[in-house]
Amino acid sequence: MNDTASTARDSASTDPGGKPGRIGDVILRVENITMRFGGVKAISDVSFDIRKGEVRSIIGPNGAGKSSMLNVVNGFYQPQEGSIWYNGKTYSPMRPHDAASNGIARTFQNIALFKGMTTLDNIMTGRILKQKASLLEQAFYIGRGRSEELEHREFVEEVIDFLEIQAIRKTPVGRLPYGLQKRVELGRALAAQPTLLLLDEPMAGMNLEEKEDMSRFIIDVNEHFGTTIALIEHDMGVVMDLSDRVVVLDHGSLLADGTPDEVRKNQAVIDAYLGVAHD
Amino acid sequence: MFYREAGQFKTSYAADQQMLPIPMDRYFVIGVVLVAAILIPAFGSQYWIESIMVPVLILSIAAMGLNILTGYAGQLSLGTGGFMAAGAYMSYKVATNMPDFLPVWIPVLVGGLFAAAVGIAFGLPSLRIKGFYLAVATLAAQFFLLWLFQSIPWFVNNSVSGVPSAPPTTILGYHVTGAQAIPEAKYLFVLTFVVILAIIARNMARSRVGRSWMAIRDMDIAAELIGIRPLQTKLSAFAISSFYCGVAGALWSFCYINTVEPTAFDIGRSFDVLFMVIIGGLGSVLGAFLGAAFIFLLPIFLNNVPGWFGLEIATDIVAHLEFMIFGAAIIFFLIVEPHGLARLWQIAKEKLRLWPFPH
Ligand SMILES: Nc1ncnc2c1ncn2[C@@H]1O[C@H](COP(=O)(O)OP(=O)(O)O)[C@@H](O)[C@H]1O
Ligand SMILES: [Mg+2]
Repeated sequence: MNDTASTARDSASTDPGGKPGRIGDVILRVENITMRFGGVKAISDVSFDIRKGEVRSIIGPNGAGKSSMLNVVNGFYQPQEGSIWYNGKTYSPMRPHDAASNGIARTFQNIALFKGMTTLDNIMTGRILKQKASLLEQAFYIGRGRSEELEHREFVEEVIDFLEIQAIRKTPVGRLPYGLQKRVELGRALAAQPTLLLLDEPMAGMNLEEKEDMSRFIIDVNEHFGTTIALIEHDMGVVMDLSDRVVVLDHGSLLADGTPDEVRKNQAVIDAYLGVAHD
Repeated sequence: MFYREAGQFKTSYAADQQMLPIPMDRYFVIGVVLVAAILIPAFGSQYWIESIMVPVLILSIAAMGLNILTGYAGQLSLGTGGFMAAGAYMSYKVATNMPDFLPVWIPVLVGGLFAAAVGIAFGLPSLRIKGFYLAVATLAAQFFLLWLFQSIPWFVNNSVSGVPSAPPTTILGYHVTGAQAIPEAKYLFVLTFVVILAIIARNMARSRVGRSWMAIRDMDIAAELIGIRPLQTKLSAFAISSFYCGVAGALWSFCYINTVEPTAFDIGRSFDVLFMVIIGGLGSVLGAFLGAAFIFLLPIFLNNVPGWFGLEIATDIVAHLEFMIFGAAIIFFLIVEPHGLARLWQIAKEKLRLWPFPH
């Protein structure tokens, strides 16, 4: 997976104009975001955009502000300055509920599953915003209370099949090994059928085989469902393979922005990051 | 007839989503309900029905209620007694002032709804405070509510003693509440509520609302980020939990102690119900019943069993024994098995499903 050139993905989906055909217009713009924690500037005046259908990676050394950036995008952090333009609307700031109800889903660097619930129930929570049954319908399991459960269960089973986690359907996720938990968390995000999927180090701590599986899932999600993906990942091989464009952050500032090749050749990036972290 | 979990394959999601997906479990529950509804009133002794079955069933309702709040939604409450009192006092007020032709379950439901409203009011701080601090806030609710119902004579129709008798109400000519009612009638009245409320609790646990509660319990931040609204979800848990407690309080007054009095709903009651939930199992409807039976029956058991063997144990020793056993059981379940007796029951079933071949 390491450095097997970035071309496989690009060439497969590149039209004659040089622009990948599955990629559309800009759907999200991060505009001049500055985020401080007390005296610490986690993000300073960063702007970039994400196009529909692309895999957009955010890389940078530890503490560069990558996770904070995703947290700003889905409203978990509210930045001191700047705004998020998403799908025709400007949010300053974005709020968690706005993000969730407008099709932004995510996974977390430190898995944020509901530990006491089964795999099935965890993934079902991804459908919560699509369920409309009243409390009475749920209490008596009638009308939409019943039909929605069955309908969403069917969709969730598709997600379970897609991620190949049928065997752990009824297992409380707290008992699952780390790699499977990451997969279930991806399942919960996918269950929401997001327009924009934010993945914060989905492969951290995984072995090679698990990483390959996860890469395959990410490519499938992107290509078959057209889901736009913002990806934070440390494994440069993975990043160069999967990404259409890469943003490089360092100490909270934007260091570079471009295709994997451009970024790889960027001298500032080589000095600050790749030269050190990449063997 | 072997109990089997293995080999019970579901062919549709509808089958798998049933309240009790394993047929054996379904037959068992139906059997229990039939025994409870027919055999016990037909053959049970008056003492058993009136002094054991009725209170255990009513406490099970309260335990189901607290389990919704604490076991499913993860919000610790010490105000159970206060919410039960809210139900008892309001249903007394309604029962004594409504036209005679209205059925008796109406005041019980109104008592539950009033308790739900009270629960929402005292649940509001839960958005900001958690754990220990929330427990203290609900403790304040407990004391405030008991004080309130004692201080406002309106609730007891200005009764001089302040401790009025439960109103005698009838269904089809039979008294079902108050001192005149026969034990069997009270029992069946209570059992009806128990069955319906247990079904509702199970349904909620397997629906969106139940998953929202558990999500908030397990990780409120992640829950919020997938679109669950924390305040709404916590308040719904407070409301529904308090509804259950309110119904339990009303039934306790109307069908068990036959009076409406504050001492029945003091802080000791709150702790009792909390212990039922802990011992029975957090987040389990079955656990509410097991916990209620355990807590209520243990003292009776300790008082009687030595006598059957011709042993004399002084009552003060029995009282001490009781504390020691409760204490040990609570510590055991808190540390070793938070899912309580219900989980032990499940483990026993899992062992049984592979029996007689353990591998
Ligand atoms: N909730 C927070 N409170 C205080 N400081 C934070 C918080 N989140 C992030 N930071 C700080 O912001 C900086 C960037 O962190 P982070 O976004 O997690 O970096 P990365 O994901 O790139 O490793 C770090 O210095 C970190 O300590
Ligand atoms: Mg990070």
